[in-house]
Amino acid sequence: MKRVYLALTLAAATALSVQAASAQTLKTVKDRGMLSCGVSGGLPGFSTPDDKGNWTGIDVDLCRAISAAIFDDPTKVKFVPLSAKDRFTALQSGEIDVLSRNTTWTLSRDTSLGANFTGVTYYDGQGFLVKKALKVNSALELNSASVCVQTGTTTEQNLADYFKGNNMKYEVIAFASADETVKAYETGRCDVFTSDVSQLYAQRLKLANPADHVVLPEVISKEPLGPMVRHGDDQWFDIVKWTLFAMVNAEELGVTQKNVDEMAKSDKPDLKRAFGSDGNLGEQLGLTKDWFSRIIKAEGNYGEMYDRNVGAGSKLQIARGLNQLWNKGGIQYAPPIR
Amino acid sequence: MTTEPRKPPPQYVFKLKRALGGKSGWTGLVVQIVFAAVLAWVAYEIVANARANLETQRIASGFGFLKNTAGFDVSQSLIPYSGSDSYTRVFFVGLLNTLLVAVIGIVFATVIGFVLALCRLSPNWLLARLGEIYVEIVRNLPLLFQLLFWYLAVLAALPGPRQSLNLFNAFFLSNRGLVIPRPIGEPGLDPFLVALGIGIVGSLALRYYARRALFDRGQLIRIWPYVLGLLIGLPLVTMLIFGLPFMFELPQLKGFNFAGGSRVIPEFVALVVALSTYTAAFIAEIVRAGILSVHKGQMEAGSSLGLSRGATLRLIVVPQAMRVIVPPLTNQYLNLTKNSSLAVAIGYPDLVSVFAGTTLSQTGQAIEIIAITMGVYLMISLVTSAIMSVYGWRINRSLGA
Repeated sequence: MKRVYLALTLAAATALSVQAASAQTLKTVKDRGMLSCGVSGGLPGFSTPDDKGNWTGIDVDLCRAISAAIFDDPTKVKFVPLSAKDRFTALQSGEIDVLSRNTTWTLSRDTSLGANFTGVTYYDGQGFLVKKALKVNSALELNSASVCVQTGTTTEQNLADYFKGNNMKYEVIAFASADETVKAYETGRCDVFTSDVSQLYAQRLKLANPADHVVLPEVISKEPLGPMVRHGDDQWFDIVKWTLFAMVNAEELGVTQKNVDEMAKSDKPDLKRAFGSDGNLGEQLGLTKDWFSRIIKAEGNYGEMYDRNVGAGSKLQIARGLNQLWNKGGIQYAPPIR
Repeated sequence: MTTEPRKPPPQYVFKLKRALGGKSGWTGLVVQIVFAAVLAWVAYEIVANARANLETQRIASGFGFLKNTAGFDVSQSLIPYSGSDSYTRVFFVGLLNTLLVAVIGIVFATVIGFVLALCRLSPNWLLARLGEIYVEIVRNLPLLFQLLFWYLAVLAALPGPRQSLNLFNAFFLSNRGLVIPRPIGEPGLDPFLVALGIGIVGSLALRYYARRALFDRGQLIRIWPYVLGLLIGLPLVTMLIFGLPFMFELPQLKGFNFAGGSRVIPEFVALVVALSTYTAAFIAEIVRAGILSVHKGQMEAGSSLGLSRGATLRLIVVPQAMRVIVPPLTNQYLNLTKNSSLAVAIGYPDLVSVFAGTTLSQTGQAIEIIAITMGVYLMISLVTSAIMSVYGWRINRSLGA
């Protein structure tokens, strides 16, 4: 009988101690010595592990930048691969500190999930991938097609809206993971694979013969992809938000991974503020004076991150487009560091 | 003076004590009250804690989301459904898809399982070995693996819709599934259905009458010509009078897919095949054990009465074996139903896929949705085992055990 009481007491104690882990994320991360970052399980250009288990991609680099800002070491990140439908639960339950998993910013996600979007790492839109052999030139010719889609995404809903809006019929086959979806498209279960355009390019690389497939010109939705943090910890929200802003500002100011040390010595007022030789902006964030140079030294500016993962320096070769800086024809824009 | 035997004093208190506290008396009662209180407190803490955490993080809670528009489509639905319906409707679409797979899977698994068991027990060496090999291979491979095998290796190897295997220009088999002609009701449908109903009821009544005659008077009545007449003749006559009950809409290749006709999607086929072949391997062993548990004297008695092996099995051995078979068979039925949630791996829209998957990630209300889904599986399982309990009870009663 005693054992029963003991077990009960333990159970009760556990139930009580599961308190909201919302506030104090920075302290938790520091105490743990590790940032826990939710990413996609395998999406070239955004987050994908190589054969040695090293992760690469924009979403991954953002987490490394946060780690660099906190620990001055971009490697103190534990990457947690998540499926589209598990991602929010992992964030809500406190399993991860930040969700950096090509997630589309929408009103309902921003409000009802108990989490906030901190910014836009990549401006995307939804498109369609089809086999060239089908000789389809426009998404409007897709009436009665079978469409493969990943479940639990905004893609699934945009798809329904688009076909309904254009009075077209279709059959949807929804899979839990991106790999299963692509596999079904490849085996011919569906005529069309739909996702964010960046993903279409990324997944096309994984197909046996990428040149046999074509991305249709229509972009049917706005998909601003960004990282998310839990509600209720504004300091942590600021840190994640300004890590990305720092990288965008660095590109605008001409600071790169290579010249960061030289630029730190510059007399220009905006550079002095960013590098912390003037004012205490880093401390205001809850970080250190050199937070800006830590980030850029580790991961480079936004443009470098883009080129290396999805742009000219990568296999994906996606043009900057909307993700070009605001003063160069795109819409990537960060508030000033001052 | 007559002495009445003294009645023992009414031991109400003692009886109450025993009833509430068992052998330990009052102490036992106190322990139970404390236990219940602690249990209630733990449950309260869990609920209150979850609620407080949801509120502080401002995560939406409650069941209001069920009325919202779903906004996504589903590939197979037994009830009319479109993207502009509510999440409640999605829930029922998923539930019906799960039940469909479970019921059809259970039927196939049982039939295959019984056949396999009879193979294994057969005096025919080859049949027995084949049954053994089947059971040993199928039950020792993971179900998910078999599911993917059927879906990705077998069904995906079928040709595309434009090169589909064609039977009489009416049946088409491709990697989009099996397309068959769809019956469309004509004016003659109602009388046809009525005639069919009368035929079935009449045949059942005849059978009942024939059995009574056999058991009560030992009179053997041949009923099959009448049954044939009722089941086939009567509907045929109504068809001649009222016209055809339905026409078939033939499928035609239009654009990417077939237009018209009905379609069985490959996800459904893969799931039913994988679940029923896998569970059949277990059922075969259960049935074999059940049959072996019947004393072999029964079999010998049957053959000494001049019954064939099949008749002995059907009339004497299997009814007795069912007593042993039913409880573990129930377990297998429950397993099959719960395993149907693996559907999510191959994109079949079952309850877990469309409700605990898509709906969950679109609304983010994990606690409510998981609770509903668990409740539904619990209910399906309890109903299944209740039905099987009643069946088992009837068997035991009829055997007088």
